[in-house]
Amino acid sequence: MKTTSYISRQVENLKPSGIRRFFDLAAQMDDVISLGVGEPDFVTPWNFIEQSFHALEQGYTSYTENAGMIELREEISNYLSGSFQLDYDPNEQLVVTVGASQAIDLALRTVVEPGDEVIIVEPSFVAYVPIVSLAGGTPITIQTKAEDDFKLKPEQIEEAITPKTKAIMLCNPNNPTGTFLNKEELQQLAKVIEKHDLLVLSDEIYAELTYDDNYTSFPSIEKMKERTILISGFSKAFAMTGWRLGYAAGPADIIAAMVKIHQYTMMCAPTMAQHAALEAMKNGRQSVQEMTESYKQRRNFIVSSLNEIGLSCPNPGGAFYAFPSIKETGLSSAEFAEQLLQEEQVAVVPGEVFGSGGEGYVRCSYATSIKQLDEAMERMKRFVEKRL
Amino acid sequence: MKEIEVELLKLIEKNANLKVEKIAKLMGKSIDEVSELLRDLEEKKAILGYSTLIDWAKVLDTEEVTAMVDVKVTPARGVGFDKVAERIYRFPEVKAVYLMSGAYDLSVSVKGKTMTEIGKFISEKLSALDSVLSTTTHFVLKRYKHDGIILHDDDDDDKRIVVSP
Repeated sequence: MKTTSYISRQVENLKPSGIRRFFDLAAQMDDVISLGVGEPDFVTPWNFIEQSFHALEQGYTSYTENAGMIELREEISNYLSGSFQLDYDPNEQLVVTVGASQAIDLALRTVVEPGDEVIIVEPSFVAYVPIVSLAGGTPITIQTKAEDDFKLKPEQIEEAITPKTKAIMLCNPNNPTGTFLNKEELQQLAKVIEKHDLLVLSDEIYAELTYDDNYTSFPSIEKMKERTILISGFSKAFAMTGWRLGYAAGPADIIAAMVKIHQYTMMCAPTMAQHAALEAMKNGRQSVQEMTESYKQRRNFIVSSLNEIGLSCPNPGGAFYAFPSIKETGLSSAEFAEQLLQEEQVAVVPGEVFGSGGEGYVRCSYATSIKQLDEAMERMKRFVEKRL
Repeated sequence: MKEIEVELLKLIEKNANLKVEKIAKLMGKSIDEVSELLRDLEEKKAILGYSTLIDWAKVLDTEEVTAMVDVKVTPARGVGFDKVAERIYRFPEVKAVYLMSGAYDLSVSVKGKTMTEIGKFISEKLSALDSVLSTTTHFVLKRYKHDGIILHDDDDDDKRIVVSP
């Protein structure tokens, strides 16, 4: 029996992630220094892990409430109010999910109907476009420009809007560019968003990892909370990627609708991970601060090194990615990444996999030890010198 | 102390071997600025020295022996414990001395080549001091973690997948 014809057209038409192909290449090689990793190099802080052990020993091995343990939702609510001046009711406006990825999926499936257009700002995290398509919507991409430091401009939203536009997906700070939008810049976007009555999905998974300015959470901007689904989680700032734990906060009716899908498809987020997250919320500040300080130093290091090598790289305000231009080498971003991997065993991710506007750039994650970063910069220097 | 001094100190506390050029890059400062900061911190004795943490067991055939000695002493009029502490910490065999609250007064860390050598030092020098009332000696059997560094921790390979979104 040939089963291919049984696969839904929609899934069959999904393009496999360009990251996947590159992963296969890199995984076969030895002695690779990887700047291709989209997760912290820190192991989860020990007190979070230990709390999870304790919970397991106590027999917390069963399901939790669909929306997540109420104690955890209360702590998340306190955290959002303490850190970002946001006021969410833990009973009705918060849902704990399996990573921020699931929160994005739930949010899009909850609001998108066939024919709806969702604006995606590229270069972007690789999952937004496919999830919009899977939800039956039409992704409409906006290309941010290097000369604007990859910052989204309000007029770009205006140009993309049609009568079918329903929502816009924002990610601040952004993966892969590290671009950080400050309060004034967000306020400018908010005006257009309000004018056109758009719903906002604000992915703030990197909110803690900003290095120069104070962070403004999008729903904290006037009149935006009522039209925003805030998406965040524990993976990046708390170094908990493998625990798969995220959350969404938003208007009660939307959260209730998201919980409906969640209860049928996921039941609840993993219990042991929820216990670790509870400890992260209660006693995790110090760890987050220490890790953030370390990322900031490494950001400074990689940005000045890349510029010295001759790969022009603006200073990214957040996340843990540098996004230098490789145009001077005359190579495409895929050629650059492949040749760099073959010749010098350094893995970076070609910008093109992050959508339009990514060509001509590569993403270098600096969530790697200073020693490794140093060695990677030496190797990249050798590689680039041959081509300039 | 200024924030930037604290940042610098934390960096070299973790790794005293960091070159000034690298520190400058990490902190986003110039090499001159960092050198001057270091000089200042050395002058005001915030930086007392640059030492290296060594696992001697990996190089020497004979392991060094360390003892933690709980010492009860009679404090002296006017100078309290300081005078007797000085009498003890001047011995090169003594690697650390702390004044403690609780059941005894001074915690003294002593290093030697063998247990006999340490025993000799304690009985002939330390216990023999007039102000020392008693000593209780504990020999270190295994070092798991020292000054924040986990020893025998060979499991530092990166467990992350090579490329991820």
